[in-house]
Amino acid sequence: MTTGTFEDPPRAARTPGDDLVVAGVSKRFGGVPALLDVSLTVRAGTVHALIGENGAGKSTLGKIISGVLTPDEGSVSLGGEELALRSPRDALAKGIVTIAQELAIVPGLTVAENVYLGAEAQHVGFVRRREARRRFRELAERVGFRLSPDWLAGQLTTADQQKVEIMRALSRDASIVIMDEPTAALAEHETSALHAIIRSLARQGKSVILVSHFLSEVLALADEITTLRDGRVIRSVAATDATEETLIEGMLGRSLGAAFPEKTPPPADAEVVLSVEGLVAPGVRDCSLEVRRGEIVGIAGLVGAGRSELARAIFRDTRVQRGSVRLAGRDLGGRGPHHSIERGLALIPESRKEMGLLVGRSVKENVSLSRLDLVSRLGWVSGTRERRAVASLLQRTTVKVTSLRQTVSMLSGGNQQKILFARAVMCGPRVLLADEPTRGVDVGSKRAIYDLIVEMAREGMGVVVISSELEEVLGLAHRVLVMRQGRIVAELEGAAMNQQAVLAAAFSETSDNEHQGV
Amino acid sequence: MSATDQLEAPPGGVGRGDSGGPMTRLLKSWRLAGIFIPFVILFVVLSIASAPFLHTANLINILDQQASYLDIAAAGTLVLVAGGIDLSVGATYGLTTVIAGELALHGQPVLAIVLAVAAGLLVGLVNGLIVTVLRINPLIATLATSFVIAGAALKVTSGNLVVLSATSSFFRFANAQFLTIPSAVWMSAAFVAVLALLLARTTFGRHVVAAGGNAEAARLAGVRVNLIRVVTFVISGGAAGLGGAIDTSRLLSAQAGSGGSQLAFTVLAGIVVGGTSIAGGEGSVVRTAIGVLFIALIGNGFNLLGVDPLYQQIVLGLLLIAAVALDVWARRRRR
Repeated sequence: MTTGTFEDPPRAARTPGDDLVVAGVSKRFGGVPALLDVSLTVRAGTVHALIGENGAGKSTLGKIISGVLTPDEGSVSLGGEELALRSPRDALAKGIVTIAQELAIVPGLTVAENVYLGAEAQHVGFVRRREARRRFRELAERVGFRLSPDWLAGQLTTADQQKVEIMRALSRDASIVIMDEPTAALAEHETSALHAIIRSLARQGKSVILVSHFLSEVLALADEITTLRDGRVIRSVAATDATEETLIEGMLGRSLGAAFPEKTPPPADAEVVLSVEGLVAPGVRDCSLEVRRGEIVGIAGLVGAGRSELARAIFRDTRVQRGSVRLAGRDLGGRGPHHSIERGLALIPESRKEMGLLVGRSVKENVSLSRLDLVSRLGWVSGTRERRAVASLLQRTTVKVTSLRQTVSMLSGGNQQKILFARAVMCGPRVLLADEPTRGVDVGSKRAIYDLIVEMAREGMGVVVISSELEEVLGLAHRVLVMRQGRIVAELEGAAMNQQAVLAAAFSETSDNEHQGV
Repeated sequence: MSATDQLEAPPGGVGRGDSGGPMTRLLKSWRLAGIFIPFVILFVVLSIASAPFLHTANLINILDQQASYLDIAAAGTLVLVAGGIDLSVGATYGLTTVIAGELALHGQPVLAIVLAVAAGLLVGLVNGLIVTVLRINPLIATLATSFVIAGAALKVTSGNLVVLSATSSFFRFANAQFLTIPSAVWMSAAFVAVLALLLARTTFGRHVVAAGGNAEAARLAGVRVNLIRVVTFVISGGAAGLGGAIDTSRLLSAQAGSGGSQLAFTVLAGIVVGGTSIAGGEGSVVRTAIGVLFIALIGNGFNLLGVDPLYQQIVLGLLLIAAVALDVWARRRRR
């Protein structure tokens, strides 16, 4: 079945005929324009990045190119031929494949079965396993992945699952691959592996359309970068002519200023508000730490190092086997999250949709959920008091909504995350545990969240920030703890608090037989 | 109320982003208005098609017959919204009718009512603990307990029909008239009103919605999800007990096999037709009450118009599919 560009020798495919041209595309949702007269050219054999704040139209554009949405005006053509796609199936037939943020693998099937899902080599209805495996091995060799065809896809790491999706795309003879935030859920070493794959795709003559929030990634990978703002193309430039500053300026329409607010470390004699001693819990092995009033402590480490597990153990969401947690000198009993919140501990969980929000409910209900007692009497919620309290919290956390009754699923990722901050602020905690506080959030909102964290600390809260973005931990924290395999392996402060030191601590000794794999 | 909810944009302004086409909007508002519109239409149609329908006696009779169903369905709404389901209400109702019947027969009218409700509460507590502590799927858990309860009910009466006389003071419990309306109707109206307010206006109600909408998020936000779920099962069991006591007094008879799966499914149908999501996280007690009455109107209308009752079931089935399809569709729009 593979006779297209894929079989050709690499670097042969720079034929201008295979360029993808988007011309004058507009798209409206219920009268609200999402894209206005967007034109761009994705040249064959290049990586073309789309950047912009949440809501700028990147994803809409990706969906139009992949046939999920049809444009109201304008056209998309490939190699001079207008596509007029009506469905993702049409797009697939033309060699356009999307690798979405949410992976579409079947966990109960093997790697090979997932790769050939829907296109199995078959003979009178029976899947020809040996044939499938042979094809799989050829494919794996060509892309340079070391994946066993017989592993269950559900047991792979996210990065390996992504490889499965990429192989599926390639097995379908894709010439255009659209990747929407492919590295958002990956640890750093997985990210660099994926980067290598993206580069090799381009070398083989494929076009990769990369939608990403990570500007350093975009600058490192892309040949050309198109910036969108409010549904319009601001500019398309060669990556060599762009810097992070110019890109941010293009996205925001202004320059961002410093990426992080100024640090104001607490006085050395500040009271200890959180003290964890010898904590042992699922995924957490003998962890001790202290957080002072007004201090921001960062926790760095690889995905799976036990950072979130530590936060949840401190919050008493998971059963603690040994050790103690003291909040302002007082032992925090192990009665669960509701009790921890009462005592003055708040958690912003790592995944806002699964663990944070009631996505189908209103902004108001989501904010007040933890502290309904503040706006009610004898269990009866006072509408006026609740609205007043929530409105002022939203103002403080700079959430933009049209109405307090707006459903949170309608908000951008940044605003959704700020809703969780508003909820946490309402709890009036002594200590805030913020797990991945800016995951999937656009640049503008990131800065607002950083400001919020710094402000909360300045007001006397102790803050623990867990993040997979090293820059974020280093930019915010006064002190950094590095975790590996459930343990705190390093405590870095002052000049010692730098990227190399964190990475060294996070990776050391893991190369032997640990589960980090490939 | 909505005016004060607005922060920046004027009502109906841009920014909702989900408005979609006119068809989408129509279906959405239909869903918000819920079962009210079809209920009113059916009511008007029946008023025109059948002269006896609008008679006060007929209408009061419908409400009287539906009193226990309204109770049980109102409580079942809380269970569903909290992310559970209670299939044991039919069996619990059967058990409590015979408890009430036997005690009334032995001249203990007050004890009959109290113990019937208490038995219901106890069953609810057991259901709740099985679901939360043993972590058994509520559908299976309450299916299993309904067998146990039905067996216990048979044991109480040895399978016999309990017949009471209209002279007993127990008879007045559900049949005392106030403003020409029997006490059974007043009690169920009060019960529905209390549960409606409980769900819509209290912190408990918010916690019920949160527990069913996203249990993990609710727990991390400090909601005691398991406790909330147990309480909804207890309320549901108590409602079945109250319904059993009301109907024993109303009908002056009790039998272990009464209620059963027929009751459980009819109540569930009323809840779902009322627009409460089977997936939990949203729902309304008032709409459930309308849903139950809507189904009752169909039955009443078919009787008055002399249509084969066979079609009644077919119509009910189709209606359920329509209601659930609408729910699924609305959820998908939101993702």
